Amino acid sequence: MKRKSPSITSKLLPAAAVLLLLALWQTASTAGLVPGFLLPSPVEVAKAFAEDFPLLMDNAWVTLLEAFIGLAAGILIGFVTAVLMDCFTWLYSAVYPLIVLTQTVPTVAIAPLLVLWFGYEMLPKVILIVIVTFFPITVSLLDGFRAADQDTISLLRSMGASRAQIFRYVKFPGALSSFFASLRISVSYAVVGAVISEWLGGFNGLGVYMTRVKKAFSFDKMFAVIFLISAISLLLMWGVNLLQRISMPWEEEHR
Amino acid sequence: MAELEVSGITFAYEETPVLEDVTLALHEHELVSILGASGCGKTTLFHIISGLHKPQQGKVSLNGKDITGCPGQVSYMMQKDLLLPYRTIEDNVSLPLLLKGEKKKEARKKVSPYFEEFGLEGTQKKYPRQLSGGMRQRAALLRTYMFSKDVALLDEPFSALDTLTKSEMHRWYLDVMDKIHLSTLFITHDIDEAILLSDRIYLLTGKPGRVTEEIVIEEPRPRKREFNLTEEFLEYKRRILERL
Repeated sequence: MKRKSPSITSKLLPAAAVLLLLALWQTASTAGLVPGFLLPSPVEVAKAFAEDFPLLMDNAWVTLLEAFIGLAAGILIGFVTAVLMDCFTWLYSAVYPLIVLTQTVPTVAIAPLLVLWFGYEMLPKVILIVIVTFFPITVSLLDGFRAADQDTISLLRSMGASRAQIFRYVKFPGALSSFFASLRISVSYAVVGAVISEWLGGFNGLGVYMTRVKKAFSFDKMFAVIFLISAISLLLMWGVNLLQRISMPWEEEHR
Repeated sequence: MAELEVSGITFAYEETPVLEDVTLALHEHELVSILGASGCGKTTLFHIISGLHKPQQGKVSLNGKDITGCPGQVSYMMQKDLLLPYRTIEDNVSLPLLLKGEKKKEARKKVSPYFEEFGLEGTQKKYPRQLSGGMRQRAALLRTYMFSKDVALLDEPFSALDTLTKSEMHRWYLDVMDKIHLSTLFITHDIDEAILLSDRIYLLTGKPGRVTEEIVIEEPRPRKREFNLTEEFLEYKRRILERL
């Protein structure tokens, strides 16, 4: 029981900081320090959120679906690329610089091109998300595979293990923790990527909703959707943590 | 009949000669040590016997069958325990069986009776990091044993342990040896350990490493606890020190 108290304080402190910030913001708004049409008060934002709740949820569903499909495809492509690059050194030398290059291309710049090429439906959004998420996944998996202990690999070889078995019993489980670290980054990339690509064209989704309310100067709704997006990202990251804890029980014991 | 025969092994690593004309044999139920200073090619020799390296010259055979350069024939335990941190002890120990294509459930069933014999009761569901150094070494040894019940190569398995744990492990090991009748080839740089445990000792010296002497320890088994305090023990030690 004693060990619980520090974790409670560590959760209380940031919560208190957030509450204080909201209180300051609310006071500044009610006191008229900032004009309401530029920066709505928290209460107004909450009201806007409640008012548009069904609409927000409908749009969030679309965005989440895009993010999820894009992320799943990104993981799959990243996994296959990492495995192939780990197997063939020549492929590693050939492809690695190319993969780094894809990351130097600004997302916002290629998004409109993707819309032009693939239309207003879901495809260009998914492609954009794949581009932003597969890089961290590939690199982290590859690093994990390459960090595998050489002695352990020798030991398994001495037991007559095949390359596939060495991968299954040593390399893959050894790469899990770096994979989850990159997955945490990738889920928020996926959500943000979906929103950005929706700005540039689409029929549904939080990004489309955002452009719509911006054009109507409904800043309260604008803030409501911003908070919703952060909340979704946080929730997803928490989900990744949970998944990690379930799939890596050996880490649990010494935490 | 010799179980394991190593004859005329010569090995060079990128132009640097490491081993020259090494010949030795391990008979059934014997414990034979290879004693030598660090860097005389002991571990390389084990890599060759286990099939991980191919020698430039020479042959390794097991029960008359040529196994030179073929991994997967003898069990090999390296200096570090090398237990996989993400598998429970039970699943670590069953790894050799899984690699041979057995089902997880079957493998678990097969390894479970040995936990008591190896003094590992109650560790089945634990992860390696929850175990002490001595216990991990036992688990690694059980895993080695599960791979092959004929011949085991042990590369300084107790060198990372503190002195007290080490002597406890020696006693335990001799005990287990009596029960399981494993033939063991044992690398060490610890003279006392070699005399205490072995039936025979090969001295590996020089650069490149060569077998310069074979010493037979006549003391019968099971050996008394005080064996390492006796006159004979010191005589063996004197002889070895002269030769090294």
